[in-house]
Order: sequence, then structure tokens, then C-alpha cells
Amino acid sequence: MNKNPDIDLTPAREAVESRGRRRSSLIPILQDIQKIYGYVPRPAAEMVAEELSIFPAEVYGTLTFYAQFRLEPRGRHIIKVCQGTACHVMGGKDILDYLSGRLGITTGGTTSDGLFSLERVACLGCCGIAPVVVVDEKFFGHVTVQKIESIIESYRQGASGE
Amino acid sequence: MNKVLVCAGTSGISAGALEVADAFAREIENRSLKGWSLVRTGDRGLFRDVLVDIVTENSGRVSYQYIREQDVAEIVQSHLIEGKPVEKLLAGEDYRDFFSGQKRVVLENCGEIDPENLGEYTARGGYRALEKSLRQPPEDIIETVKSSGLKGRGGAGFPAGVKWEFARSAGGDEKYIICNADEGDPGAFMDRSILEGDPHSVLEGMTIAGYAAGASRGYIYCRAEYPLAIEKLEKAIKDARGEKFLGEDILGSGFSFDITVKEGAGAFVCGEETALIASVEGGRGMPVSRPPFPAQEGLRGKPTVINNAETLACVRHVIARGPGWFSSIGVEGSRGTKVFALAGKVRNTGLVEVPMGTTLRELVFGPGGGMEERNSPIKGVQIGGPSGGCLPESLLDTPIDYSSITATGAIMGSGGMVVMDTRTCMVDVARFFLEFTVAESCGKCVPCRIGLKRMLEVLTDITEGRGRMEHLEFLERISSTVKSSALCGLGNTAPNPVATTLKYFRQEYVTHIKEKKCPSGVCLKLIEFVVVDEKCKKCGKCYGVCPAGAVSWEKGGYASIDREKCIKCRACINACPFSAIE
Ligand SMILES: Cc1cc2nc3c(=O)[nH]c(=O)nc-3n(C[C@H](O)[C@H](O)[C@H](O)COP(=O)(O)O)c2cc1C
Ligand code: FES
Repeated sequence: MNKNPDIDLTPAREAVESRGRRRSSLIPILQDIQKIYGYVPRPAAEMVAEELSIFPAEVYGTLTFYAQFRLEPRGRHIIKVCQGTACHVMGGKDILDYLSGRLGITTGGTTSDGLFSLERVACLGCCGIAPVVVVDEKFFGHVTVQKIESIIESYRQGASGE
Repeated sequence: MNKVLVCAGTSGISAGALEVADAFAREIENRSLKGWSLVRTGDRGLFRDVLVDIVTENSGRVSYQYIREQDVAEIVQSHLIEGKPVEKLLAGEDYRDFFSGQKRVVLENCGEIDPENLGEYTARGGYRALEKSLRQPPEDIIETVKSSGLKGRGGAGFPAGVKWEFARSAGGDEKYIICNADEGDPGAFMDRSILEGDPHSVLEGMTIAGYAAGASRGYIYCRAEYPLAIEKLEKAIKDARGEKFLGEDILGSGFSFDITVKEGAGAFVCGEETALIASVEGGRGMPVSRPPFPAQEGLRGKPTVINNAETLACVRHVIARGPGWFSSIGVEGSRGTKVFALAGKVRNTGLVEVPMGTTLRELVFGPGGGMEERNSPIKGVQIGGPSGGCLPESLLDTPIDYSSITATGAIMGSGGMVVMDTRTCMVDVARFFLEFTVAESCGKCVPCRIGLKRMLEVLTDITEGRGRMEHLEFLERISSTVKSSALCGLGNTAPNPVATTLKYFRQEYVTHIKEKKCPSGVCLKLIEFVVVDEKCKKCGKCYGVCPAGAVSWEKGGYASIDREKCIKCRACINACPFSAIE
């Protein structure tokens, strides 16, 4: 197993410490790790396996079972497109397809400049403004293809202005 | 005390409620208004961007809708100071219809109290049911809940009291209560709103359940996408411990019970009881076959009661107001109220609580306010999400109770309800739900893993113009096989959306197959976008919005669409003021 020397595992070890070395802490530990790094780096996952005395395969089995976990770093901005029932009925699929074509990535992917990741979620609980797109924490309701263009543009400009 | 209530649950916040609340706080402070308090409540249930209510001692309650930050100064000046409501911002008739058509029991506090303020909860009768329970033997509580007729709101409708009794009579001294707040149905948010708007009601219900079943630990398994709900719960748990409603020796009764929040990690199947337990134990959330039922052998092999969040929120009402009161609401076999997340093509979307036995039509045309577009006929109602079914207009008079809904081939489900009009394609809806269940199938049993996948392939063929008539029979056959042979509830119910649309909307499938057409204009492979010259008013709006450069237009001329370049994004259709693009 190749250990990635660039990643500082100290905060991940602290997560293990604070959650306790129990099997039932596996998911909370991985959730903490994802909060720290934005994804679950391979060396961190291997460290957790060692600390909890379980096989790395069990950790990977858990990581890949749940939609929440990411094994790759994500883009600077996360675009989530709601694919809940209400949003679907109001055209959420068109929005997702359009974004995917526009950014040149599939759902779950990240643009090559590292600016955007595209994700799908189910019902964000604000169906009244369907279809809904969330960028990072900001909600956009009644989204149309034109609105998407201006949203993407505003984040692109934000990035180049820095 | 006069009050300004700002609805600031997830839906309110998405529309800017926090900014509005801050603006009120600033105005009240800057103008040194005395006798006013600002309350950030959970969502009241209606989607009207930011809702604000002004409650005064003299003139009662006035509701505003679609409030933005810049409206606040005017409301404060005119209403709070001069006592004159701002007419143009008031909520209208729709708003009144929405609430007057409901019976709010579980949602009683949502949108009324500050969920982070335990004092407001107890002032409205909170934790009195717990006090009352602790003065009775646990067996009496079980009897009370049984006689109230309270059934599980999470989908299956199992009597809550009976489940508690199983756990109580199972041996062992360690038992658990789990609140299921995984809420995986992609169109439902009842539990989230309860947890955000009235978290103590769930904690109180759990503690009573713990006392009745003989458990000392509780877990709330909450969907990870609900950060606000988790935050409110954590705060509520801390406050409840502080007042001895939770923790060691509750209210001096000698009974101890504590609650931990477990964050789910995004898997629909983890709403299923045995999968949920596997997930809490730290592994992949794979279901196992039952029996043994969790009430006999659950978490860590101990007797475990798993109840839905809404079920638990009902408990305090059953105890405090009595089983007779509870069972006086609803109909035989289905007592009390049910909360639905109403969405789709209706005027008023949001959370609606009605007595069991209300008909679908009453719900849609009462609180729902009827169709979004007045003249658009209602085509059907989807109830129960990915496990439920699509019912046609002719069945709208079906009462919403467990047995009547099941008789149609749908299920009560947890409360997702989507209204559809002629622009909704039923084949596409069936495909949508199946795509969801295929993605969420854990892969353990063959019927679910392979059967659903095959069904999805066939449905995709139909929506893309490769359908054959024998596909219909094939779908029916696999539906019934998967239904009867899958390991868990996910597979057992996943064919319902397909089976019900085939039963009630068969003609739509036939049109897709025989004529290679989608009558609702949804299935992209079966539609071409063309400008109808007779309707085109040469305005050029479509030219302006097309992101693909597929529309050609010159001032004074008709627009036309280049099929090669068209990406079928519908921007032109939505932009055309004359419905000239089909
Ligand atoms: C695939 C699947 C998903 C489920 N999702 C949920 C859910 O999100 N919330 C819930 O309360 N029950 C869900 N259930 C039902 C639970 O298994 C269980 O019946 C329920 O939590 C019991 O509580 P109740 O008796 O109070 O309804 C689901 C069942 C299946 C098969
Ligand atoms: S379906 Fe998108 S917010 Fe509910």
C-alpha cells in the first residue's frame, strides 16, 4: 500500500481518538474525516482500518456503500441539482443534463480546472421553488437554462477575480 | 407581549428568512421598540418564500408572504408602530384555504414556537405527557397507545403499542428505541420539518416509548442531508437534559433514558429497519430477513423498537389528550391525522396535515388550492414515493386510510404526494422512481438487483422509442415476481410505480410504443422541437434564450429551429409567450 506523504493524518487520528475505537464509530469517524479533508483520502481510510482492527476492505465496503462519501477531492464549488420527485416533475432532469453537458462532466465528476463538482441530491425540502439547484450553501429556485448560465458565469468570475 | 414570527426552517432559509429576521431585529433595535419579541420558528408548511406573522395582543394575528429584506422597514413602520398592516404584502385567500383545510396536531407547534426554546415548548403543554406517563405503570401506557389506534407513519402502518409490547415482553434488561428519521423518499420532508420546527415533541415521544418498552437508550437516525434538523435536535437534547426531561432519574421518577443522534450517510435502504440497525452498528446498511423482528432481536442483538419520527411525535397527544380523543379523529383502522408533503402542479405546495379518511380530492382541492394552472385538468396523484403508486383522476375520491390506499395498488407510504397534470408523462414518472430504486438497491438479493434493472432497461427502451407491445406483459410479470420474492421492503414495493401506471395509464405506454410519441412532451427522444408559424409572432425571444445557437431568426421573420444543433433543453418553449413551439 502506498502511503501518500502529502497528507497530514493528525486531524484524522484525532477524529478516531474522539469517537473511540469501536466498530460502531466507523461511519462517524469517516464522516469527520470527510469534513476535515473534503473527501476520504486513501491513507486516512487505511489508518482507520488499522486503528479499528478491521480489514481495509471493510472500510472501503462502507465508504462505497453510502452516497455521502467521496474518495476523490472535489471542486471548489459543489453544484447540487435536486432530483427529487417535485423537481423531476418540474424539469430537474433537463437542468442536470444541461449542466453536465455545459461543464463537460458527468454527475459526481469535477471540472478539469477544479472549479466545479456536479452532484445530484434527492429532495432538499423546498419543493415549492422547484426545480432547485444549490451551489455550496446557496439555494437557487425556479431554475431555468438561462439562470444556470448566469449562475455559472458568476462563480467563474468570482474565481478569476481572486 | 407582541410577536414577530419569521418562518426559518430549511425552506424559509432557502428563500432568505435569516436575512429577513435579521432585518427585523435591526429595525426593532434601532427604533427602540418596546414590547416586541422576534421569534425564528421552523417552517409553517406553506411555500411562499419567506412567511412572517405579526401577532399583537389587541388585533390578533396577521400573515405576510413573500417577504424580502427590503420590505421589513415598511412593515415595522406601518404595522408595528402605526398599527396599520401593509395591505400589498398580506397573505391572501390561498393562504387561508391552505390552513383552514387542515387539522394540525403533529404540526401544531411548527411555525409557532422557537424550536430552540424549551420554555416555549413547555408553555404549550410540552413534556406534560411525559410527566403523566411516569406516574403510571408502563403496561398502562402500552394499553393507552394500543387503544388509541396509533399506527406507524413510516410506511408499513404497524400498531405502535403492539410493537412496544413485543419489546417489553422480550427478555433481557438492555433495550433500545430508535427514531427513524432517515426520510429517504425523494419527495418527502415531513419528518425534517417536525425535527426542525418542534424537536422536543419527538424527544418526548421517544422517552415515553422508552419508559413503556423498558429501554434506557435511544438513537435518532437522521438523514445526513438534514444539517439544520440535526443541529436543532442536538440543542434540544442538551436543554432537555438540563431540565431533567432526559438523562438520569427523569423528573425524579427513577427512570433513566438518554438519546444520541446518529447521522445517516445517504442510502435509501437504511430506512428499512434491519438495514438501519446494520448502519448504526457501523457497516454497510444491508437488510437481513425477518423474523426475528427488531422488537425481539435488534440493535446489538437486543430488543429494539423502531418508530418513525412522526409516529413518535403523535405519542404525546395520545397520552396528554387521551386515546379516546385521538381515535375520534380519522376512520376505522386509521386513526389520527397524517402529514403529507404536497408537491407538483398544485397551487399550494408544502406540508399538509389532515385527518385520516380525507379523500385525495379533498386534499388537493382543499389545502392544495387546486391546480396550479386553473384550466389544466388533473391527471393523477402519486402517493408513497418510490414504493407507492400513481392513481388516476377517477380514483381521487379514495379516502386516505391504510386499507383503501392499499386496495388501489399504491401504499400510504410515509407521506410523499405529487400532483400531476397533462404535462406529466406517466411512463417517465415510473421510470424516474425505478431509476431511483435501482440506484439504491443494496444488491443483496437477485430479484431486486437484477429484476429492477431489467425493468428499468425496458422502460428506457419504451421512453426512447424502442418499445414493443410484449414489453408490457413482461413488465407486469417481473413486477409481480420482484414484489413477492425480494428480501426486503425496498424490492417488495419498488415495482408499485410501474404496476400502477400500467394498470391506470396503460394507453400512455401504448402510445409511446405504437406511435413512438410522448403525449405529454416529456420523453426527449420522442419529441422534436418545431416552431409553428401560425402561432409565431416573430418576437425573437426564443432566439435570445437558445444556449446552443439552434434558433435562427431575423427581425420581422419567423423563427426556426435547427434539429441538428438543438439540445432539447426547453429554454425556447419556456420563453415563448405564445406557445408557438411544440
Ligand atoms: C426501503 C425502505 C425505506 C424506508 N424508509 C423509511 C424512512 O425513511 N423512514 C421511516 O420512518 N420508515 C422507513 N421505512 C419503514 C421502516 O422500515 C419501518 O417500518 C418504520 O420505520 C417503522 O416505524 P413506524 O412503525 O413508526 O412506521 C422504510 C422501509 C423500507 C423497506
Ligand atoms: S424535490 Fe427538489 S426540493 Fe423537493
